[in-house]
Amino acid sequence: MSKNTAKQVKTRHEMTKAEWTWFLVKKNKTAYFMIAPFMILFFIFTVIPVALSLVLSLTSFNMLEFPEFVFMDNYITLFLDDDLFITALKNTLIFAIATGPASYIIAFIVAWFINEIPPKARAVVTLIFYAPSISGQAFLIWTVLFSPDAYGYANGLLMDMGLIDSPILWFQTKEYVMPLCIIVSLWMSLGTSFLSFIAGLQGINKSLFEAGAIDGIKNRWQELWYVTLPSMKPQLMFGAILAITGAFNFGGIVSSLAGNPSVDYVAYTLTQHLEEYQGVRWEVGYASAISFILFLMMFGSNILITKLIAKVGQ
Amino acid sequence: MKKLRTRNHTVVLNRSAGGDTGITIMLTLLGIFMFIPMYYTVIQSLKPMDEMFTFPPRFYVQHPTFNNYADLFNLMGDSWVPFSRYIFNTVFISVGGTFGNLVLSSLAAYALAKIDFPGSKFFFQIIQKSLMFTALVTGIVNFISLSILGWIDTYAAVIVPAWCSTLGLYLMKQFMESNVTTEILESSRLDGASEFRTFWSIAMPMVKPAWLTLIIYSFQGLWNSGASAYIYSEELKTLNYAISQITASGIARAGAAAASTVIMMAVPIIVFVVSQSNIIETMGTSGMKD
Repeated sequence: MSKNTAKQVKTRHEMTKAEWTWFLVKKNKTAYFMIAPFMILFFIFTVIPVALSLVLSLTSFNMLEFPEFVFMDNYITLFLDDDLFITALKNTLIFAIATGPASYIIAFIVAWFINEIPPKARAVVTLIFYAPSISGQAFLIWTVLFSPDAYGYANGLLMDMGLIDSPILWFQTKEYVMPLCIIVSLWMSLGTSFLSFIAGLQGINKSLFEAGAIDGIKNRWQELWYVTLPSMKPQLMFGAILAITGAFNFGGIVSSLAGNPSVDYVAYTLTQHLEEYQGVRWEVGYASAISFILFLMMFGSNILITKLIAKVGQ
Repeated sequence: MKKLRTRNHTVVLNRSAGGDTGITIMLTLLGIFMFIPMYYTVIQSLKPMDEMFTFPPRFYVQHPTFNNYADLFNLMGDSWVPFSRYIFNTVFISVGGTFGNLVLSSLAAYALAKIDFPGSKFFFQIIQKSLMFTALVTGIVNFISLSILGWIDTYAAVIVPAWCSTLGLYLMKQFMESNVTTEILESSRLDGASEFRTFWSIAMPMVKPAWLTLIIYSFQGLWNSGASAYIYSEELKTLNYAISQITASGIARAGAAAASTVIMMAVPIIVFVVSQSNIIETMGTSGMKD
């Protein structure tokens, strides 16, 4: 510190804003060295790709010839000429609306329920709820539970009870595909946000509850509303972002559960549409338009929801 | 407020018996819903072939057997690419990706949390924003840049992008901000230690839960990664991919498939059990402040 200021002839008041900033940059050059490796890779693999996918989405590009500028053509085709895109968009929105808020609320409610039980029991319950989200391919067990023959548990049970006569082709029947995929994705959705809620609840200063009780809070529901939720705002914000991003990322598990394409495209999502144009047809410009729309949907709803949560309790 | 009592100077909060019962019932039902599929996954892997396809299906095993596991290892021995190769690939990718992510993230997290330099707020803002979308969005351009770099169909295509995954950096930065006090860093700097030295010998030992969490997250992600879009060669593919091939090969292999699923899920679950308290501690500071 002292060495640096000694070299400096001018004091802060004599410097322009730019000079002062430059002085701080030089003084902290180690900090820039420390963030550089991460930031360079982060820009190469995340920031620039988002920007470039917008640029590419305005072109017609097949990876072989030089991209040709077509302006809004890809977007116009998507919305006016591509029925599958509309189906995918609709399904993605349904999935996002069904799984995002539900998984968020379930994660919070479960975390809140287990908050007051003894630490050892809490660790076990946490594991039961968290395990599905880290178990990789384990969700494929749902295809056994709901397998299309009489050996599947769901069919077996229903037939045994005499509710149905012949096995239901669960993942091949239009009406069941979407609800089942939503259930499976909810089952595996208690991930990082869930842990964050548990930790957030644990971290609330106990004296706040006592103060609340003295101030006339009568039951746990009032306590939840007036004390718990406001003190957990940062975790609620973080959890919301993970829930929304996860809800739009739907698609991978649909292909494994119901096949790609699923029967009559009932569970066809933007992820799968993107895969089709990016990995199979190599229409990179068109695929970029799909991925940019996906980006706008994820990013837009995140910004909107975090703004809303920030307003809560103000 | 007549129910309000104090015991050892602690206010005993009102908890109605009805609420307790309702919550217990809800929690039990949800718990059963979460647990049953996991339970079946394990049970299924212990069933002999003749018990696997029965009507009505049984929710328990009559004659538990490890034959399915033995079958799995036999299948592994028959595969075209030696199975040890898939294991090596998975371990190599997981360890390489995790190590780089840990080093780059902790360096950056320290600078962002503990050094006030022009631009630090901006850099952290874009890192926070990057949590708002997934790699799906960047896939196309990454494929192009990886092919320009000549990394398609090499380990680097999976390992290097993993180095700049942002969730670990985010968690570590938040943790450092609340757990490493500025005073202790100042005193180290006054003693003449360089910024790197302060980072390495003062800050890093204080944030063990955070780097453990980062390691686990990064490792889990890479361990569960299946067929990468960037790798074609059979010799470079991962365990998860190889296992999904076994799973896909139909009823005859149902037992081996169940066994392989159990092995694959056991690793991340055991890792989580061992490190749960550290992860929860890290999550305590995971909140987003603005």
